[in-house]
Amino acid sequence: MINGQVLKPEKKPLTKLMIKQRYLILMVLPFVIWAVIFKYLPLWGWVMAFQDYKPRAGMGLLDYPFVGLKHFIALFQDPMFYDVMRNTLGMSFLQLFIGFPLPIIFAIMLNEVKNIRYKKFIQTSTYLPHFVSWVIVAGIFSTLLSGDGVVNELLLFLGIIKEPVSFLAIPKWFWGICTSAEVWKELGWNSIIFLAAITGIDPTLYEAAKVDGASRLQSIRHITLPGITNTILVILVLDIGWMISIGFEKQYLLGNSLVQDYAKVLDLYILDYGIKLGRYSFGTAIGIFKSVVSIILLYGANKLAKRWRGQTVI
Amino acid sequence: MLFRKEPRRKIRLKTRVMDGLIMLILLLIVIVTIYPFLNVLAISLNDANDTIKGGIHIFPRVFTLRNYEEVFKDPILITAFINSVVRTVLGAGLGVISTMMVAYVLSRRDFFARKAVATLFAITMYISGGMIPEFLLIKELGMINSFSVYIVPGILGVYYIYIVRSFIDGLPSALQEAACIDGANDLQIFMRVILPLCKPVMATIGLYYAVSHWNSWFDTYLFNSSNPNLTTLQYELMKVLNNSNTAAAGHMLKMKQHAQTVRSVSPQSMRMAITIVATVPILAVYPFVQKYFVRGMTLGAVKD
Repeated sequence: MINGQVLKPEKKPLTKLMIKQRYLILMVLPFVIWAVIFKYLPLWGWVMAFQDYKPRAGMGLLDYPFVGLKHFIALFQDPMFYDVMRNTLGMSFLQLFIGFPLPIIFAIMLNEVKNIRYKKFIQTSTYLPHFVSWVIVAGIFSTLLSGDGVVNELLLFLGIIKEPVSFLAIPKWFWGICTSAEVWKELGWNSIIFLAAITGIDPTLYEAAKVDGASRLQSIRHITLPGITNTILVILVLDIGWMISIGFEKQYLLGNSLVQDYAKVLDLYILDYGIKLGRYSFGTAIGIFKSVVSIILLYGANKLAKRWRGQTVI
Repeated sequence: MLFRKEPRRKIRLKTRVMDGLIMLILLLIVIVTIYPFLNVLAISLNDANDTIKGGIHIFPRVFTLRNYEEVFKDPILITAFINSVVRTVLGAGLGVISTMMVAYVLSRRDFFARKAVATLFAITMYISGGMIPEFLLIKELGMINSFSVYIVPGILGVYYIYIVRSFIDGLPSALQEAACIDGANDLQIFMRVILPLCKPVMATIGLYYAVSHWNSWFDTYLFNSSNPNLTTLQYELMKVLNNSNTAAAGHMLKMKQHAQTVRSVSPQSMRMAITIVATVPILAVYPFVQKYFVRGMTLGAVKD
């Protein structure tokens, strides 16, 4: 941060200031233009959702006929839309109830490990999967879960199943498999932030509790958890905001024609209808629906956090 | 006395049992995380005909480098590998430089358009045009079937600007002031004071950029799938995976595998070899930057 005394110029006319800060302007201007083109121009494309857009040469965006809410009505009347919403929300709720608390528990357990080298080893190995692509994770999971994969081998060995199961071909299991893959990939990585928060807790609190005769579990419950509540809330609010934008990579890569009914999420729906079938207006309408819902979710979660804790998160 | 006291010996025993239990659970998690990688590695180094018999875990039974030879004989896979490397190096380099520039300007309290530029970038984090308008824009700009689509649309991640900016904000301001008194201009301050001090955060975001470039396949699929010269490694791997997934969906897999036994390299063994080729470069960089990224990750979480 630059201290006012030295760098802050006295009141000067804007042009003079701009000349003085020419290097700063040169550094940032290309990216301002970039943001306008690649981030703001697509927003202008939302107009398409209210038109019958069929790309033709020599037509400006406003030359296409306006059709009002036609595409939104079509969206809400499409039975497929409800399946897609069920899948999207189903998987994000699973993620929220299972994928969200696990890294917290993992971080607390990791914090209990006193042997530094063992701790480092666990951290290094559990951060690994975060760095590999979904393509690879999907490949690994389909190998593990295949008929002759290690999961079947293990279950057969333990006598839990009598015959190999093709897990990836059973529609009902798809949500669970996707959530497991997500947990497997991100457990270690997502725990970093909680571990950092735990490290920030004043160690004298633990010493005082020890003097008072608190057990380990009591220390965790009365010191560790309250100490990281703020971090937990921030992440929770952000996760709720992202609930509808769960992406499509894992669903696309792990899915196949047999589990289609449980694998299709919002972004895949946009991809199939909007891009593959060229129904651009319809696809844009779905995109707008998604954006609006996600902003409402973020805003709502933030409000809720404010009511609980008396402070906003974002 | 806040808590009920228990006899000392009982506490000690309980602590031991709990320690052991925690160690055990964590060890299990590590095994579940690492095993798949070792399994893939073992299969990629095992003779393809032998692999079909099953039972390969973490050691190859019939060691061979044949699968890798096949991978590196395939001209498409070589093109894909080169493209992936080029886009990763170029994308990460440009990403770091541009993020540094924007973050530095935004860290300057005296910059005349600071508020406006900061808002312009912040808004893009919460709202985006969505897949279709972005697709049409890139089509309209003539970037389909070109290498530039890998670099330009995603040249910087807005979120990383905030990570870097909070890092710069944490630097002692005396250094910049001293440089200023010595008559350095903004560009010189940036190059000679800010950049050298920002090495840790540059390593962190450099890794983030590199990982996302190396791992992306969807842009190839969406924009460049009709030009084999622009293919990337992850996209090729995705195609192989898709084929075998379709096969696995039915009982076709078994039949296909029987048909494959006459050949010396099965799609599965080849897939594992490609997977290793696609994983190793990132994992090779990671230990070197590991000490930095935890700090980078927690910096980003600071409320601005």
